[in-house]
Amino acid sequence: MFSLIRAIWAVFVHAFRRRETICYPEEKPYLAPRYRGRIILSRDPDGGERCVACYLCAVVCPVACIALQAKEDASGRRYPEFFRINFSRCIFCGFCEEACPTCAIQLTPDCEMGEFRRENLVYEKEDLLIAGCGKYPDYNFYRVAGLAIQGKDKGQAQNEEPPVDLKSLMP
Amino acid sequence: MNQILRHLLIIAIVLFGSLSFAGALIWVERRLLALFQDRWGPNRLGPLGLFQGVADMVKIFMKEDWIPPLADKPVFVLAPAVILVTVLMSFSVIAFAPGFVVADLNVGLLFFLAMSSMGVYSVALAGWSSNNKYSLLGGMRAAAQMLSYEVFMGLSLMGVVALAGSFNLSEIVKAQQRMWFCIPQFPGLVIFLIAGLAESHRLPFDLPEAEAELVAGYHSEYSGFKFAMFFIGEYLSITVTSALIVTLFFGGWLGPALFDPSRGAASAAASALLPAGWFILKTLCFICIFILMRAALPRPRYDQLMAFGWKVMLPLALLNLLATGGIMLAVAGAGGK
Repeated sequence: MFSLIRAIWAVFVHAFRRRETICYPEEKPYLAPRYRGRIILSRDPDGGERCVACYLCAVVCPVACIALQAKEDASGRRYPEFFRINFSRCIFCGFCEEACPTCAIQLTPDCEMGEFRRENLVYEKEDLLIAGCGKYPDYNFYRVAGLAIQGKDKGQAQNEEPPVDLKSLMP
Repeated sequence: MNQILRHLLIIAIVLFGSLSFAGALIWVERRLLALFQDRWGPNRLGPLGLFQGVADMVKIFMKEDWIPPLADKPVFVLAPAVILVTVLMSFSVIAFAPGFVVADLNVGLLFFLAMSSMGVYSVALAGWSSNNKYSLLGGMRAAAQMLSYEVFMGLSLMGVVALAGSFNLSEIVKAQQRMWFCIPQFPGLVIFLIAGLAESHRLPFDLPEAEAELVAGYHSEYSGFKFAMFFIGEYLSITVTSALIVTLFFGGWLGPALFDPSRGAASAAASALLPAGWFILKTLCFICIFILMRAALPRPRYDQLMAFGWKVMLPLALLNLLATGGIMLAVAGAGGK
């Protein structure tokens, strides 16, 4: 009996507590920087596309919502001819971000992407590409990868040594 | 002619007032529950979310009004009407202000008890006619619970009747001019509060609808307008119970002695409105207490409920009646000598 009265009192005291609800559209909740929200394609510090169209993201995607087509430009760099993410299927698992060797595909703390028409949830490359570097500001794949492209030969990048001539006996 | 018009006006005000009050209670309850649970509750529609009740009603009337094919159709349709009618009937004996009462019956209190007993038919028949085992269980539970709690609900009020010397609710209010009956009849107040909760099957005693066990109990099969009738009936029933607690134990329309309307009120209009204002204010307080209890208390087991009713509350009500009668006799004897 006494415990019932104490329970009523405890609940009554809660009337004067701060309310926990976040009134969403007016008041935004905090989203952590590593929140898995809307997917973007980032650029390297020089402004080039980071994506090298390796298809790893499309392969790892458990719901197969990523579609792309690789192409090579005049300088020998690979890039996606088109890059399409169907966000009506995407489960925001973040596997694509983990699979990406060039840090091109990244998930961002943005979840406000509701649409009235399902077709509007299919994002094309121009919707996905952003101007900046995303979470990795200094990373430039071609500067560290040891891959030859036009204007940069093997061994000319950062942290790289010129390739060793295996046939030579000279030290 | 004037008298008839006045009566019709009172009837209209009480009818529409109580119905819209019950509708507003949907919003009040949801906001208050949210307050007790550190939430906001419905706050989107209109100022403070006030139009939420309207939206709820619009939604519920748009729903398909479905009757199960195996149901006992006439009874199924009749059952929700019974609860609404009986609860609205009990409003007719409540005195909101001096002279502002639909039917100033000299057996007003008995009329209320009779009407709340009639309400049992509604839930029992609804459970029976739905032709659904959960509904039937809910209906049976409701019948047993309401009948047992009715017994000491009536007994708990007898102390008040003995003190006031009348079954008429206006007379009972007038008898409280010197002291509200909540002080000499405190046990009666507690017993009536609990019995009133059980009668309106509000949450600590909502075993007839216990959604964890019985889906929604006796109104599992109801939808649309018929469900709305049960819904409104429940809110009306807590309103009428609160109004009755105020009338019987908290001096009805009488304000605290400091704010005596005959002394303090500046104009005639104020002196007419003030008692009704006090009455509504006190009633709202009790509705809030009912909602607080809903937020705080868990539902008892069914056998606990019945044991509590028969083994605790009934003897307490009888003891209260005995003590009240004894003290009254002793006081009368001392006065007579």
